[in-house]
Amino acid sequence: MTDRQTMFDQIATLIEPFNKKGVTVSDAATFQHDLEWDSLTVMDFVAAVEDEFDIIITMNMQAEIETVGQLVDAVIKLRG
Amino acid sequence: MTDLFSKFDPLIQQREGLLATGVRDPFSLVMDEVKSPTIAVCNGRETILLGTYNYMGMTFDDDVLAAGKEALDTFGAGTTGSRVLNGTYQGHKLVEEALKEFYAMDHAMVFSTGYQANLGIISTIAGKGDYIILDIDSHASIWDGCKMGDAEVVPFKHNDVEALEKRLKRLPPEAGKLVILEGVYSMLGDIAPLKEMIAVSKAHGAMVLVDEAHSMGFIGPNGRGVAEDQGMLDQVDFVIGTFSKSVGTVGGFCVSNHPKFEIMRLVCRPYVFTASLPPTVMAASATSIRKLMHAGNKRAHLWENSRRLHGGLKALGFDLGTDTPQSAIIAVIMPDLERGAAMWEALLNNGLYVNLARPPATPAGMTLLRCSLCAEHTADQVEDILTRFEAAGRAVGIIG
Repeated sequence: MTDRQTMFDQIATLIEPFNKKGVTVSDAATFQHDLEWDSLTVMDFVAAVEDEFDIIITMNMQAEIETVGQLVDAVIKLRG
Repeated sequence: MTDLFSKFDPLIQQREGLLATGVRDPFSLVMDEVKSPTIAVCNGRETILLGTYNYMGMTFDDDVLAAGKEALDTFGAGTTGSRVLNGTYQGHKLVEEALKEFYAMDHAMVFSTGYQANLGIISTIAGKGDYIILDIDSHASIWDGCKMGDAEVVPFKHNDVEALEKRLKRLPPEAGKLVILEGVYSMLGDIAPLKEMIAVSKAHGAMVLVDEAHSMGFIGPNGRGVAEDQGMLDQVDFVIGTFSKSVGTVGGFCVSNHPKFEIMRLVCRPYVFTASLPPTVMAASATSIRKLMHAGNKRAHLWENSRRLHGGLKALGFDLGTDTPQSAIIAVIMPDLERGAAMWEALLNNGLYVNLARPPATPAGMTLLRCSLCAEHTADQVEDILTRFEAAGRAVGIIG
């Protein structure tokens, strides 16, 4: 399994408790339109991702992240 | 062609749906006559005001009114200029002197509104490459200050010391950091654990800004706010406040002990590029601030009112925003917007005005009936308020 696939799986696991509608999680799935998350859910999820990887995803970065795939790439980059 | 207003369609529909149920529009109330800090005439009916932020009842104080009237005759109706050009009158300096004494701080800067004070200070001091770490339930003026500046913005869970500390730990140690907190959060009326939060912020090399809009004049031994009450005011780098609540006029300010603070008058755009407050407002504000320094009895009575209303509403079975009375704001949680609007209207028809608060102003999508008490509410009025809440609550089916 590639490093990216491992990261995708980890992110997918973190999405699970917030995925109330049971949406299929793929690279292309968007947080706003496919998962239908409101701002509060986004905040709780971002906090979970930050704690899991010991990183900070600033609001400025969040504005650029629309899909699960973009998040996976951003976390890989932030972990360096 | 795309109609730029189409983005507002969901809100227009929600509003039309609400009004179609027959309730009066909660967001277009007109005060026809204002008789005192606690009584007004709304829709031809004498109404008790329980949603005004007029915590210390200074709007009709004799000395405040006299000072304003004298300034109107002496200095005219307005300044027609920026603070840094022709808009600084004697009155503006007198207010800044009064603020420095009130907070026992070295510098004070008056803005035309409290909103502009947050907008200006935050967007100016936190620049590119700096970090702003702020509570997720921060006021709109704080968020807008972040948006106007170039800093990286890092929110943390409301009033969560551990969440704040975790984020501070992860930021580059050498980067400039500004932690933004509020003394009282105005939607639920809860206070912040400033003692712990400021200590953690300082331990990680951050500067601290505390918005004390809803605590000035009331909370703390000298009415300086929650930071004073928790013994942390000397650790706060910037206090933001407003004249539109306890002071009873309009305007905003920042007080600070930072040795270079005065440079803000030249670099802070929401301070420079707007007209200064009129002389009447400055004279009334200076008098009010000085009277608030010696308002211990009024503070004590306001606490009595807050405790009685909180305890009374709780006993009636209402769901409240805080378990204990923490400020002059008591938030009553409504099951949804429809029943919240119905309850709001039932109270108004019964001669009681409260604020109806709804998303996005409220946290967690809540609909709230927000009560803010005044030091001029009598004990009898508070009992009267409870009777009206009971009647409306039963009529609308909020309580059994």
